[in-house]
Amino acid sequence: MKNFDLKKFLADRSVPIMFIIICLVCIPLSGFSTSYLFNEIVTRVARNTFLILSLLIPIMAGMGLNFGMTLGAMAGEIALIFSSDWQIWGIPGVVLAMILSIPISILLGALCGTLLNMSRGREMITSYIISFFINGIYQLVVLYMMGPIIPILHESIKLPRGYGIRNTVSLLNLRQCIDNLISVNILGVKIPVLSFIIIIALCLFIVWFTKTKLGQDMRAVGQNMEVARAAGINVDRTRVLSIIISTVLAGFGMILYLQNMGNIATYSSHSQIGMFCIAALLVGGASVDKASIGNVFLGVILFHLMFIVAPRAGTVITGDSMIGEYFRVFISYGVITLALVMYEAKKHKKKKMKDGGDNEE
Amino acid sequence: MSNNVLEMKNIKKSYYGTTVLHDINLSLKEGEIVGLVGENGAGKSTLMNILFGDEVIASTGGYEGEILIDGKVENIGSSFDALNLGIGMVHQEFSLIPGFTATENILFNREPSKKSSISSIFGDRLDTLDRKKMKDIADSAIDKVGVKINDSMLVANMPVGHKQFTEIAREISKDNLKVLILDEPTAVLTEKEATTLLMSIKNLASRGIAIIFISHRLNEILDVCNRVVVIRDGFVVKDSDIKSITIDEITKCMIGREVGERKRDDRNFDGKGVIMSIKNLYVDMPGENVKGFNIDIYDGEILGIGGLAGQGKLGIPNGIMGLYDAEGDVEYKGKKLDITKPICTLEEDIAFVSEDRRGVGLLLDESLEWNVSFLTMQVKNKFLKKILGGLISYRDNDEIKKVTDHYIEALNIKCTGTKQKARELSGGNQQKVCLAKAFAMAPKFLFVSEPTRGIDVGAKALVLDALKGYNVKHGTTVVMVSSEIEELRQICDRIAIVSDGKVAGIYKASEPVEKFGALMIGAGV
Ligand SMILES: Nc1ncnc2c1ncn2[C@@H]1O[C@H](COP(=O)(O)OP(=O)(O)OP(=O)(O)O)[C@@H](O)[C@H]1O
Ligand SMILES: [Mg+2]
Repeated sequence: MKNFDLKKFLADRSVPIMFIIICLVCIPLSGFSTSYLFNEIVTRVARNTFLILSLLIPIMAGMGLNFGMTLGAMAGEIALIFSSDWQIWGIPGVVLAMILSIPISILLGALCGTLLNMSRGREMITSYIISFFINGIYQLVVLYMMGPIIPILHESIKLPRGYGIRNTVSLLNLRQCIDNLISVNILGVKIPVLSFIIIIALCLFIVWFTKTKLGQDMRAVGQNMEVARAAGINVDRTRVLSIIISTVLAGFGMILYLQNMGNIATYSSHSQIGMFCIAALLVGGASVDKASIGNVFLGVILFHLMFIVAPRAGTVITGDSMIGEYFRVFISYGVITLALVMYEAKKHKKKKMKDGGDNEE
Repeated sequence: MSNNVLEMKNIKKSYYGTTVLHDINLSLKEGEIVGLVGENGAGKSTLMNILFGDEVIASTGGYEGEILIDGKVENIGSSFDALNLGIGMVHQEFSLIPGFTATENILFNREPSKKSSISSIFGDRLDTLDRKKMKDIADSAIDKVGVKINDSMLVANMPVGHKQFTEIAREISKDNLKVLILDEPTAVLTEKEATTLLMSIKNLASRGIAIIFISHRLNEILDVCNRVVVIRDGFVVKDSDIKSITIDEITKCMIGREVGERKRDDRNFDGKGVIMSIKNLYVDMPGENVKGFNIDIYDGEILGIGGLAGQGKLGIPNGIMGLYDAEGDVEYKGKKLDITKPICTLEEDIAFVSEDRRGVGLLLDESLEWNVSFLTMQVKNKFLKKILGGLISYRDNDEIKKVTDHYIEALNIKCTGTKQKARELSGGNQQKVCLAKAFAMAPKFLFVSEPTRGIDVGAKALVLDALKGYNVKHGTTVVMVSSEIEELRQICDRIAIVSDGKVAGIYKASEPVEKFGALMIGAGV
């Protein structure tokens, strides 16, 4: 029965395979040099991986691809606004921001988790809507309350009218402070060693976490809430905890992301980050109920490789540079749609297959 | 009197105004095995759910009466209370986590763990699991059960029997276990597995654990129990020492009449057209591997497939229906059947009633009508009324109700009406709905696997009659897989015995039972 194992192997990995093909076609078309590509990929992997890793734990707890992380990203931004307002730069600034983000992330995570407990089975869409709702509150806080109610000392980050935060907050003084602290240059490729160490540490944390009692409970809750409850596990609390861990990690991830970028786009940095992270994870072969660290790395590499080469390839083919930008957005939403449809189709097939016999678990 | 571990006094329970239990009294001594029997829907599971503090009980208004554990009145509000009091239960429906291994399930939420510096700050839930200790405990529990379960196999990949043993192993690995409730533990087991289970039950009892054992196989009750309690219409109608009662008496108490013997009529299909021809079938179903099965099935016959547990008889329908990986040539009506694709077999007019009646493919939160009709509607476009020349079609609710009513009557499904939710039926009655669902499809070819599992002695005959009647009326070819050779002999025309994944021999059902027995143990005549 060797041959149909291979078929299944390929079918289960159809999304990543498709992306490998897209990249293989686009790389020569784009005409980028290998060292340029490597440099870009390494930078982006270092920048984004932490954020994407924050998605894993809710998936484990059966809460799907969760936009709860967007809330964590907002918490990270608010924390960075404070630390830059207080003029604490460099590594201390990053660390301070991380510490400040924790309570905000926990608060938002608990809120989001509680709401998601009320809408079981529809976590993905609910969390997406919640992220819009919290975005509204975020804007209220940042645009109106920062200044009159929450003291902001520095004029440079305030809007000219005297309250509210500017569209862009410069982080020039802590830009890439972590990336550059320990960095080596191998064959012209700059490797931000410390950033990678942090990412690896998070991976180790996640691996360790799955081995804990709480991790085990989350896996159980993710698979069958009824059985878990009957065994005496506090299902609701466990689910909320998974979201809180995710938002806290996303807060850290966002701070690392922004220290690499060097500025905060106050009103838009967080808005697409959830979408991109989820898309990257899906590209890596994850599904709504199953995702691994391997999916994260494969996904972040493929997604960003495509992001770099596809627009250029598009420009080369059509001669129009606008098409590239369009292409990025089109592709990332396309991936999500496709991956979700394929996932549903697979689930449906499985169910239909079992209709003659037993139902899903 | 005072050494009663458990006493249930004047228990009364109703669901939405229908009283299921009127006045039940039940007591249990240390190390005693009590058999609890009654018709499908008599209220056995309900009584046990009360004792185990199941959520359905509290959410449907609780119960009346008293429960005493070790002579003390206890209020059991949740299964957590029950666990703390040393009550363990193996449910009629599985309560296992499919993606966990046997070990993880056995120790679920009782995992031994190791403290670490992190967990001493953030609390016990961040302890790391002690995998080695977990394995040791699980292995010793599995040993006590007496069946070789692979401790690192995912439950989702296990054959049904092993799931059952995993659940039992989970209960007996609990140190404080005093009372163990087994709700039809043998229903999903084959006779050999059941024997093993009965042995381990006796073993447990000899160590002082009191056991409540529910089964529809009355010989098992006689075999292991010290006492039998019969429930009918919500009352205890008999509470007798096992030595002073016979199977016939139990049956009579249960259903209020005697069950007559069935007569077999001999039909001959030799030389008739072959509807399905199976050649070199290999199926990779854990615990039930098929290794080169060949047979020609005649149009219109009832073919029985029997054999001991683990010899592969269950793998045959599961493989052909595409539920497990299979290889081989299956020709149906002269055309090759693609057995890797399950949907296509359904469209070919082939239906299957699975032996895994615990996840029986019912939509539990939907009405009986919907359960009986949905597959037929989907696959065969039946039960639809067309207007505007077929442009718009809508559900023909009258027809659906009529058909559902028909099967409720024919199979004696105990329910409040066709609108009742499937979840609210007793286990045995859910199984009957599964059969009704398959019948409603009006398939040309029907696989039924263990159709009378969990069905009471009275209703068994009804189910077999319905199968036979269906076969005669519609000319449907039926392949019935069962571990009960007597049952096969009652309605089948031919019986194939499977041994080591292959056909050991095929006889007419009228041959004496000894000949089949000889084939099963590999001593072909
Ligand atoms: N959740 C529920 N809501 C309403 N009625 C219910 C519910 N659960 C059970 N019942 C009804 O209670 C009666 C007793 O059911 P119970 O499951 O206790 O039967 P049982 O003796 O275990 O039968 P079986 O041998 O078929 O398992 C049945 O008529 C059933 O329809
Ligand atoms: Mg029952």
